[in-house]
Amino acid sequence: MADLQSQNYIRRSATTMTPPTTRSNVEEVAKLIDVSRCIGCKACQSACMEWNDLRPEMEEFQGAYENPHDLNPGVWTLMRFAEYENDHGDLEWLIRKDGCMHCEDPGCLKACPAPGAIVQYANGIVDFISDACIGCGYCIKGCPFNIPRVSEKDHKSYKCTLCSDRVAVGLEPACVKTCPTGAIMFGTKADMKDWAEERIEELKERGFENAGLYDPAEVGGTHVMYVLHHRDKPSLYSGLPDKPHISAVIGLWKHVLKPVALAGIAFAALGAFVHGIVSGPMEVEEEDEAEARKEMERRAKS
Amino acid sequence: MSRPKDAITRYKTVSRLNHWLTGLCFVLLMLSGLAMFHPYFSWLSFLFGSGQWMRAIHPWIGCLMIASFLGLFIQFWHHNVWERRDTEWVKNIDKVLAKKEDEVPEVGRNNAGQKGVFWAMALLVPVLFLSGLVIWEYYFGHATSIEAQRVALLIHSAAAIGAILVWIVHVYAALWVKYSMRAMIRGWVTPGWAWKHHRAWFRELVDTGSRGPEPNPRNRAP
Ligand code: HEM
Ligand code: SF4
Repeated sequence: MADLQSQNYIRRSATTMTPPTTRSNVEEVAKLIDVSRCIGCKACQSACMEWNDLRPEMEEFQGAYENPHDLNPGVWTLMRFAEYENDHGDLEWLIRKDGCMHCEDPGCLKACPAPGAIVQYANGIVDFISDACIGCGYCIKGCPFNIPRVSEKDHKSYKCTLCSDRVAVGLEPACVKTCPTGAIMFGTKADMKDWAEERIEELKERGFENAGLYDPAEVGGTHVMYVLHHRDKPSLYSGLPDKPHISAVIGLWKHVLKPVALAGIAFAALGAFVHGIVSGPMEVEEEDEAEARKEMERRAKS
Repeated sequence: MSRPKDAITRYKTVSRLNHWLTGLCFVLLMLSGLAMFHPYFSWLSFLFGSGQWMRAIHPWIGCLMIASFLGLFIQFWHHNVWERRDTEWVKNIDKVLAKKEDEVPEVGRNNAGQKGVFWAMALLVPVLFLSGLVIWEYYFGHATSIEAQRVALLIHSAAAIGAILVWIVHVYAALWVKYSMRAMIRGWVTPGWAWKHHRAWFRELVDTGSRGPEPNPRNRAP
């Protein structure tokens, strides 16, 4: 999938120029996953494979409902199942559709060294442009959610596109279209937040007093949001990060080392150049040769 | 100029080949590494065919370089043992740069600057190699935690910048001190060059009746 010309970029990896921005009337979109309505049927997982023509290799049964056992280059969304015993001793089955969160401030894009291999459209979708991907795996290190996977076959990184190709022509993502319970919704981010609010009210009335929206501010909010019954403990849902953030190490690398390194290299090269011009080369003079000859003769005599 | 009769050998053929293999690897690693480090250098990826090829070949060149550097280390480490006069030399670096070499202590086989470059590289190259293995996605992507890989990536790029700075000093010194390039390309120097830049080494050779690069052990004073 090449980049979508019909969409503005607001971010483009490893680029210092301004990306194309002339289409100004673009609304931010979001996918809202209502965990409390999910029945774990995996229709979305199948729809994702169907629309994106993904056929990952068959795996061995691992003794759990997850199938396959983890995201991989051919599995862009995965249902994760967690069994949780609540304070009343009741068992809760917490099912979460895992996949790219489409961060407003994407760590993958920040880390990416290949120009244009990761872009963010004005509607908020973060997309990997496979053609430009060099397979270094830096996006994996940048991502706070452990999402991208590099293929061992073609050395390209893959993840959920939020069906950017469908969204570009006014369709909803394949998983949204297929979900039989309406647990996955899609629309403008503002609408999705309103929706979520209503649903959270309902959940609170039903006794889930900690119900809330997962739209983590640490990454500037996300374009995939969850309604969680336990918003106070996101990690209950198969390790959804409580406070997802781009690692400070990545910040040091990209925001501190990069400018310091450029300045250092420029300074060293310039210093050498100026010294060379001002002082001229260090030459061996005829006197040196004469002194050396004298020394050799003196030694030969003794 | 062809080799004069009284020329002194400074580097044997094996050492020169070994040096330039290491240097070639270093320059290729630097160019491909910088292309991944900062968008200003992204265009350098065309030198390697494409970004994919560059990313794939970089660690392999690194493996070749660590082997090649080991060869240099074995041959050169004993020229680079730090001595008291080296500290004196460093304190007088301003005089060296002002071409008043006569006012600083006599220099042996290598001066303190050369020794500094040697030990800096002897530290940085293994650091680059080890951190490079950790971030080698294809072979070791699953061998360590993602957090470890983040740290390794920071270490690798910081060490690379350090090595590049050392390399700039190294290259400039070689260009500034006339005929040291010839010493590394063709292997020999004139007696006057050795007298001027490495007088203690020169005396040692003359005293033991050697034409370099090492003093003749049989004639060493007891
Ligand atoms: C000694 C063995 C070395 C190994 C095994 C190695 C390996 C690697 C690997 C695996 C990467 C990630 C990209 C890729 O997969 O190609 C990388 C990136 C890089 N390497 Fe090396 N490398 C070595 C030496 C060097 C040297 C000598 C330099 C520079 C003088 C260097 C500079 C860099 C830079 C600047 C990056 C990009 C880091 C960034 O994006 O911030 N490497 N290296
Ligand atoms: S979840 Fe990871 S892969 Fe997705 S946009 Fe955020 S940083 Fe990038």
